[in-house]
Amino acid sequence: MILDGKCPTGPIEQTWDKHRFDLKLVNPANKRKYNVIVVGTGLAGGAAAASLGELGYNVQAFCYQDSPRRAHSIAAQGGINAAKNYPNDGDSIYRLFYDTIKGGDFRAREADVWRLAQVSNNIIDQCVAQGVPFARDYAGYLDNRSFGGAQVSRTFFARGQTGQQLLLGAYSALSRQIKAGTVKMYDRREMLDLVVVDGVARGITVRNLVTGEMESYAADAVCLATGGYVNVFYLSTNAMGCSVTANWKAHKKGAFFANPCYTQIHPTCIPQAGDYQSKLTLMSESLRNDGRCWVPKNKADLGKHPNDIPEADRDYYLERKYPSFGNLAPRDIASRAAKEQCDDGRGVGPGGRGVYLDFSSAIKRVGADTIKERYGNLFEMYEKITDEDAYKRPMRMYPAPHYSMGGLWVDYNLMSNIPGLFVLGEANFSVHGANRLGASALMQGLADGYFVIPYTIGGYLATVKPGQVGVDNGEFKKSIEDVKAEQDKLLGINGKKTVFEFMRELGGLMWENCGMARSKESLEVNLKKIPALREEFWKNVKVTGSGAELNQQLENAGRTADFLEFGELLCRDAYHRNESCGGHFRVEYQDEGEAQRDDVNYCYVGAWEYKGVGKEPELHKEPLKFDNVHLAVRSYK
Amino acid sequence: MSDHKTMTLTLIVWRQKNANDPGKFETYTAKNITEHHSFLEMLDCVNEDLIHAGKDPIVFDHDCREGICGMCSQVINGAPHGGQDRTTVCQLHMRKFKDGDTIYIEPWRARAFPIVRDLIVDRSALDKITQAGGYTSCHTGGVADGNAILIPKTIADEAMDAAECVGCGACVAGCPNGAAMLYTGAKVSQLALLPQGKAEAAQRVKNMTDAMTECGFGNCTNHYECMAACPKGINVKFIARMNREFIKAQFA
Repeated sequence: MILDGKCPTGPIEQTWDKHRFDLKLVNPANKRKYNVIVVGTGLAGGAAAASLGELGYNVQAFCYQDSPRRAHSIAAQGGINAAKNYPNDGDSIYRLFYDTIKGGDFRAREADVWRLAQVSNNIIDQCVAQGVPFARDYAGYLDNRSFGGAQVSRTFFARGQTGQQLLLGAYSALSRQIKAGTVKMYDRREMLDLVVVDGVARGITVRNLVTGEMESYAADAVCLATGGYVNVFYLSTNAMGCSVTANWKAHKKGAFFANPCYTQIHPTCIPQAGDYQSKLTLMSESLRNDGRCWVPKNKADLGKHPNDIPEADRDYYLERKYPSFGNLAPRDIASRAAKEQCDDGRGVGPGGRGVYLDFSSAIKRVGADTIKERYGNLFEMYEKITDEDAYKRPMRMYPAPHYSMGGLWVDYNLMSNIPGLFVLGEANFSVHGANRLGASALMQGLADGYFVIPYTIGGYLATVKPGQVGVDNGEFKKSIEDVKAEQDKLLGINGKKTVFEFMRELGGLMWENCGMARSKESLEVNLKKIPALREEFWKNVKVTGSGAELNQQLENAGRTADFLEFGELLCRDAYHRNESCGGHFRVEYQDEGEAQRDDVNYCYVGAWEYKGVGKEPELHKEPLKFDNVHLAVRSYK
Repeated sequence: MSDHKTMTLTLIVWRQKNANDPGKFETYTAKNITEHHSFLEMLDCVNEDLIHAGKDPIVFDHDCREGICGMCSQVINGAPHGGQDRTTVCQLHMRKFKDGDTIYIEPWRARAFPIVRDLIVDRSALDKITQAGGYTSCHTGGVADGNAILIPKTIADEAMDAAECVGCGACVAGCPNGAAMLYTGAKVSQLALLPQGKAEAAQRVKNMTDAMTECGFGNCTNHYECMAACPKGINVKFIARMNREFIKAQFA
């Protein structure tokens, strides 16, 4: 099937305005008759629930944490992009649009990216109005910094915790609506199924994580804002609870999964210290404004204290390879360059898996106090984890899984191929193409939540009668029975290996054979080993306790079961895409280490349709057209 | 990097099946722990051993494991988050302990935070305080340009100092009165400092302090234990500012 993204046509700068006018509206008095479910309360979900509630819809919002304020958006450190052009350095909506398309290696839809760039400015205004304490200069104006993949300063920030502050803004707006009664909040609930009746999304089945009870919720539309899936690599910068489960359950009910092989490996994370490790910690990309990446030129210097290696014997590899962007090369490129140095045997630290990020020249230039003001909390965090003082010796960094550009397929209205199912933020595939630029995830989450879904969901709801299906419908009962049956199966196996042991094994396979570099052979290994591991899981996993109580092992077991199915799809997508682009690097397709795209054969969105566990999924294509940006080899040299 | 000598530790952990169970301390041994383990990774190892032995693992709240989500919440040897300056449990590392140490691990204990299971408590009372007024009543869309109102750097920085709160509740757990004054004071101050929040400042401080009392939190008697326990180092001066805002509100 050839998929249609239903993008508006005509001059790109008019597309969103024209589309907004063309969308049908729901009369204010009728809005309260419609129920909308929002799953996930990060930037996309929190902003959507608050905005839809304010418009007058009846919203039911769900999160697995104990409070909507804790979604993993909080962990974003560096900033949020907008095309304000406050620094007068040549930015514009067009430039942000262009940088994002190019940064994504020409694998995103033009119209969606234009809209994102256009509403980016509204986001900053909205957050300021909410009381988000963005950094300001001495005159009282908003301050900006630079980020990777751009030659203008368009990133707004709130110390090293921009994500936290933006989410608290959305959480405060959400809290206001909860108080007003337009949003009913359900915390400590995990979505375990999407209920589809006659091909239309009608509700969800959730597990109450405190009591273990299964609950049904019906609505006229369901919005998933359930984040990304890079915990499939086990060790990642995601929170422990991040999973593919909500998306995967929707996929199994018919929603297409687009471009799962586009995963982002962030270049600056603290290297792994041991096998017991549960997660990796990212150090903001903003550090590359002042930190310089290097490794020793000579292997003989590897054992030395970094400060004892003279300037002439250091290889500042990013500055050498990409003189015009230098240390601010985009993430996929910076990560691959780090791996290249380590593969060459010049990596530093345990196992030779690390590069230095050195602040000594910046400290000499602007003083330690200024560096402390810019990145103090990051240096503190680094010291807590590694016991090393980065003011005195360079940080050690290594790339780690961080973000998923792929996600459920959506059209221009953010609606999946299942009518009534909308997907927002990282959970959809829409704007980042094959690689996301820094400070663009926060922008997308809030754009989708505040400024896109409030319009597009109305266009859908205006065409359906409210309250057509309630929880008394047989599909809801059947859904609960299915979820319970799977849970009972997990509890009944009583095997010999823990959930963590399986997850570590899957993560190892994914990182080794489908991580920063992939090949036909390595992917064939995974396509054999993952199904075998999945089979073993269902025979040999050990989950203690019962389903009728708070049971974290059971929660993790369910998420791992889904990752064991999803990991295979990710590898299959990587296997089929015989090109390199952005975060997807196939070693067979490269030109002196740079990704080699194949625009003739692969300039499309690959969306997969589920056909059953272990069965070959069906590929549907949405061709990508570029009318405003010239398809070119991406160069940061 | 130092060598990987391992430690053996004795853990005395609060176990409580659910809200109705009286609960009791149980003793466990943590083996093969290195100085690079985080505190939660040490507990992960103990849990793996428990699962292999067919026993229920220790249940605790955690999520981001990088000190920012505010989910983790344990009283370690009597101190919320373990007592290391400006550190959440997940960022506490085992290099702060010695081989052979005995470690007591308990949940937050406060009237407003009922225990859910083992080390997990119900902190929804903090959400209720925010719902009472921890926001500016702006609508989505239709707001002024971000630079329309200038905010001096000193004010923006002070608002940011207050805004750093991660809502973990350590301030309540550390307070002998079980007060949420630091949590509430930080939000009241952040919004009262900024021009965008000033319009509703009087009503906000009244509503939020009312909610604080209704939820069963105590009052401040200047122990400063909240500031000592706060992983973000929120200053008690924000409690003073809230009190000032509260008095001002009586005349508004």
